[in-house]
Amino acid sequence: MNQTVAITPNEYIQHHLTYWTVGHGFWSLDLDTLLVSVSLGFVFFFSFWIAARKATSGTPGKWQNFVEIMVSFVDTQVKETFHGRNKLIGPMALTIFVWVWLMNFMDMLPVDLLPRIAAWLGMPFGANPEHVYLKVVPTNDLNMTFAMSLTVFGLMIFFNFKVKGARGYAKEILFHPFNHWTLMPANVLLRIVEDIAKPVSLSLRLFGNMFAGELLFILIALLPALIQWPLSFVWTAFHLLIITIQAFLFMMLTIVYLSMAHESHDSH
Amino acid sequence: MDIVSLIANVQGMTVLAVCIVLGLAALGTAIGFGILGGKFLEGCARQPELSGMLAGRMFLMAGLLDAVAMIGIAFALYFVFLNPFVSAVTAAAKATVGH
Repeated sequence: MNQTVAITPNEYIQHHLTYWTVGHGFWSLDLDTLLVSVSLGFVFFFSFWIAARKATSGTPGKWQNFVEIMVSFVDTQVKETFHGRNKLIGPMALTIFVWVWLMNFMDMLPVDLLPRIAAWLGMPFGANPEHVYLKVVPTNDLNMTFAMSLTVFGLMIFFNFKVKGARGYAKEILFHPFNHWTLMPANVLLRIVEDIAKPVSLSLRLFGNMFAGELLFILIALLPALIQWPLSFVWTAFHLLIITIQAFLFMMLTIVYLSMAHESHDSH
Repeated sequence: MDIVSLIANVQGMTVLAVCIVLGLAALGTAIGFGILGGKFLEGCARQPELSGMLAGRMFLMAGLLDAVAMIGIAFALYFVFLNPFVSAVTAAAKATVGH
């Protein structure tokens, strides 16, 4: 049952950096990312829905309290930052915050826990335990963070068109910040650079933080036991802070970018 | 040159590159956080009633400061463990030996 072949540290690390990929090339799907992110989405959706269903105006229970704290927190942020009128922003900000936080939180589970369970579950089906790859942190996957940030980017462009109209959007691209027709190419170039930097930085920031975090957990797992426990505790505590900050940041930047899509620069 | 010394050469260069990336990322982040924290403390000293809001804003800025440093760290660690340059050298060596 147990592997009698010793794995080198390098192999251990590379094993834990491999995704459960199905398919080839463009159509390769990271099944572990997809499954974990969708199930966490359902967990978030269902639990918040339960709180809404059972909401009482009398003394609230603990879960209702917590959901109210989350909702009012996000609502405050949106009210302060968003200068447009849009019914999508509030729920989307809440979804982004809680969902990204839940996905980041999967990093807190021990690195070997879920892969071992998956390997043990796969044994009756004849799966080779060495070839079970399961990376449980979806935001660790560049595909996931880019999917989210490209969605936000698409929404940005959509709202730009919807709120400003094609003419207003074109005017903003061509004549801002240099308000002269000879400098139109410079304006377009600056706009392109800014608009590419937004989704790329949004996704890479989240990916970088989560990837570095998990890699550090894996590296700590390779240290001898006595050093491992205090170091692991320190890094776990710090990582909790990073998780919350990154989820909050993703939400804030989404709100800010969509707010910029709703207002024209000239109104400042 | 034989393949072993080629790979060793590439790995040596990779180690240097990774160290430069990590060092500069740490340096930039440390200086940035120092200035940010200092300004936060000054703001709190001037108006203590705003310290809650300022703390929230500080963490927001801290996340932004961390961003490019973390991207650098992620890439650097990727080079350490899944070095694409070594794979390229190995693939090229296999191609030349293959025929």
